[in-house]
Amino acid sequence: MAEAAFPASESDVADAVADAVRAGERLAITGGGSKAGSGGDLPGRALPMNRLAGVVDYDPAELVLTVRPGTPLAKVTTLVAGERQMLAFEPFDHGPVFGRESGAATIGGVVAAGVAGSRRVSAGGARDHLLGLRAVSGRGEIFVAGAKVVKNVTGFDLPKLAAGSWGRLFAMTELTLKVLPRPETTATLFLSRLDPQEAVQAMAAAMGSQAVVACAAHRPARDGEPSLTALRLEGFAPSVAARAAMLERVLADYGPLNHAGEIEGEDFWAGVRTLALLPLAPALWRINVPPSAGAAVAAVMERLGAAWLMDWAGGLIWAAVDGAGEEVRAAADRAGGHATLVRSSAQERATVPAFHPPAPGLAALEERVRRAFDPDGVFETGRF
Amino acid sequence: MSLVMPEPDLTTLARRAEIVAALRAIVPGEGVIDDPDELVPYESDGLTAYRQPPLLAVLPGTTAEVSAILAWCHANQVRVVPRGSGTSLSGGALPLADAVLLGLGKFNKILDINYVDRIAVVQPGVTNLADTRAVEDAGFYYAPDPSSQIACSIGGNVAENSGGVHCLKYGLTTNNVLGCEFVMMDGEVVRIGGTQLDPAGLDLLGVVVGSEGLLGVVTEVTVRILPKPETARALLIGFSTVEGAGQCVADTIAAGIIPAGMEMMDRPAIHAAEAFVNVGYPLDVDALLIVELDGVGAECDHLLGEIERIALANGAVSVRMSVDEAERVAFWAGRKAAFPAVGRISPDYYCMDGTIPRRRLREVLERIRALSDLYGLGVANVFHAGDGNLHPLILYDANVPGELNRAEAFGSDILRLCVEVGGVLTGEHGVGVEKRDLMPEMFTDADLKQQQRLKCAFDPKSLLNPGKVFPQLHRCAELGRMHVHAGRVTHPDLPRF
Repeated sequence: MAEAAFPASESDVADAVADAVRAGERLAITGGGSKAGSGGDLPGRALPMNRLAGVVDYDPAELVLTVRPGTPLAKVTTLVAGERQMLAFEPFDHGPVFGRESGAATIGGVVAAGVAGSRRVSAGGARDHLLGLRAVSGRGEIFVAGAKVVKNVTGFDLPKLAAGSWGRLFAMTELTLKVLPRPETTATLFLSRLDPQEAVQAMAAAMGSQAVVACAAHRPARDGEPSLTALRLEGFAPSVAARAAMLERVLADYGPLNHAGEIEGEDFWAGVRTLALLPLAPALWRINVPPSAGAAVAAVMERLGAAWLMDWAGGLIWAAVDGAGEEVRAAADRAGGHATLVRSSAQERATVPAFHPPAPGLAALEERVRRAFDPDGVFETGRF
Repeated sequence: MSLVMPEPDLTTLARRAEIVAALRAIVPGEGVIDDPDELVPYESDGLTAYRQPPLLAVLPGTTAEVSAILAWCHANQVRVVPRGSGTSLSGGALPLADAVLLGLGKFNKILDINYVDRIAVVQPGVTNLADTRAVEDAGFYYAPDPSSQIACSIGGNVAENSGGVHCLKYGLTTNNVLGCEFVMMDGEVVRIGGTQLDPAGLDLLGVVVGSEGLLGVVTEVTVRILPKPETARALLIGFSTVEGAGQCVADTIAAGIIPAGMEMMDRPAIHAAEAFVNVGYPLDVDALLIVELDGVGAECDHLLGEIERIALANGAVSVRMSVDEAERVAFWAGRKAAFPAVGRISPDYYCMDGTIPRRRLREVLERIRALSDLYGLGVANVFHAGDGNLHPLILYDANVPGELNRAEAFGSDILRLCVEVGGVLTGEHGVGVEKRDLMPEMFTDADLKQQQRLKCAFDPKSLLNPGKVFPQLHRCAELGRMHVHAGRVTHPDLPRF
């Protein structure tokens, strides 16, 4: 893939887009390349955003961070951790999912892909924490949307479209994110030997209790190891202790609730984050459903012989299984959700679209919305 | 009224009888209102300074009826203004002389509640509070709680992206909805989002929420519900200076505490509220903070102590902790009654809604005071202190010639000031007609055109709620052509309506 330019400023980006429009070329916005293995190949020229990096403004007391898109995710998380804050949507680096080192992902790529980790279920996703942006449209025009304060309803909430757009609408040149205090204390509690149905029920009971559970995930039984259902509590120490005691009462019917050691707990969540708990088989599916349908989807995955994991209290299923695209998508449809093919062989990616096919009316509306930002399709590389 | 609205279309006005007949064929009986007396209740919303009878009102009861109404209006080039409960403070539901007012009040059913998925599926006319009432026996609630929650509808909340006093911790409407059924201006019905957390494709729900009725009509909403916290406790803290109160807020957040609510009142607001509700607010302070904590009892106990320590370190002159639920409610009573309380000391008041970076609070309040002197109008400030959302209440008397205009000019200056210090025109009330003409203070022409292009993707004929949000009318065809000229606009802007 040839590079159109290596922009170092917002006006460079605008020039590159205008040039591409004039030349009738397509541009593929790239960051750290940690997710380059998703979707089809990237025809068109690369528009790397890596040189648009660095922090523009960070005021911890205002809970607002403004940063350029090419800034490495790791730098952002280290920066805010230094102020005892965090990106609450728990973004992660896709590198390990593709068998690469971590550390390549950029904040722009993370937001554009809408990457959110286990805390998504309680704290919201990238969409909920992107307050404002500067961007270059497919017209080569610079525009601003949203703002740099945590509460704003002035004009259409265009930043919401950026999260999960995969660079198909515009090139972000600056992002303003909401940051939140980092929890003082974290505790992980395990139930074991639950089947998927019981796990979903237990996670629903926990999430529906007053224990304010931050994350709920389930790893099924495998190779003689019993299943684990994990609940994460976060907050001030006296609160976490009280809520752990509360969960023991709420979950009394599901067997003993074991307190994980700090390292054991962090290992589990790291395993969910990097998907180290799943084999590095070619195909990886991310299935998004209402939690009540999680067990039914898990049953299909079992039948297909997939290795799988459940996060978001049953609302997110990661499944590693080859050549089962139709079955996976059908299971997601039946559950009222959708399935994304995150990783696969080049052969499968050439024939199975990465995104779940939308309903026809919605597809037409999405197309019009994309054209509203990018009338000539300069960002439509055909990757999806 | 100084507001300029789009010129009524004379052809539409002349066709009124035909339009009434056509809509009666879709919504039989009393669902179409054309009697001028019966239209009076629809002349205005919560922004009562502006009034305009609609062409007629139609009150459909099903999605199919909404779809047929919009399709007919689309085919016949008739404008439509959607309306929920009519509590908008920015004129979002202000009628137009040539537009059909589409009321969603009959959509008042709760369709489904699912405690495993922690969602409720409701019709848009269900009130915000009714949503909580429907799930509270099971120990749940719907988190966004705008002050008008007893009356305002979920559909209106979606249109305005409503907030409330708890939104620093629990988010605005946009953070608490998962999906909707949505009718576009041409009558097409689409489902956006769903019952799962992430959408399948573009996050269209994210732009539908807060679109102020310009993109389509929501006919069903899936909201997230949360377990009701075990306990809620409040602190009432008096400060002799606004700076002390502001620093207390900043230090609380710096200590890693996100309270459920953090409200500030200035001296005039404290005095008005205390005179009205008599709950023992200290009268010898310049700023009063109400800090609410919720969660398990152990957490509230722990954090009450932490916040008291932070408050005293910042020069608090009085600190009270609620000992029981009755006292917590009493602490809030004055704040919640701030608007009617101010209504007692002034014949009329005008509520503003800017957000500022909190670090600029002292400067902004000083400049508001100076503007108050300049315009000769009093002002009382209530403030969602945690998220920087300022509600100055401008005191005026509409019966005194010129005072309304002065109040509006004062309000506009306050909002310009909010933008100047890095904030925004509206934190939760919406742009509507009220702040429409101030949009260029915050956005460039290119920014506004990009937003209007999104509007064109949903409503290319610009028939839905025209005259709201955007200060200038652009035809979609014009907006679409512009890219050819790489930013150089060959056509001058169309005249302002």
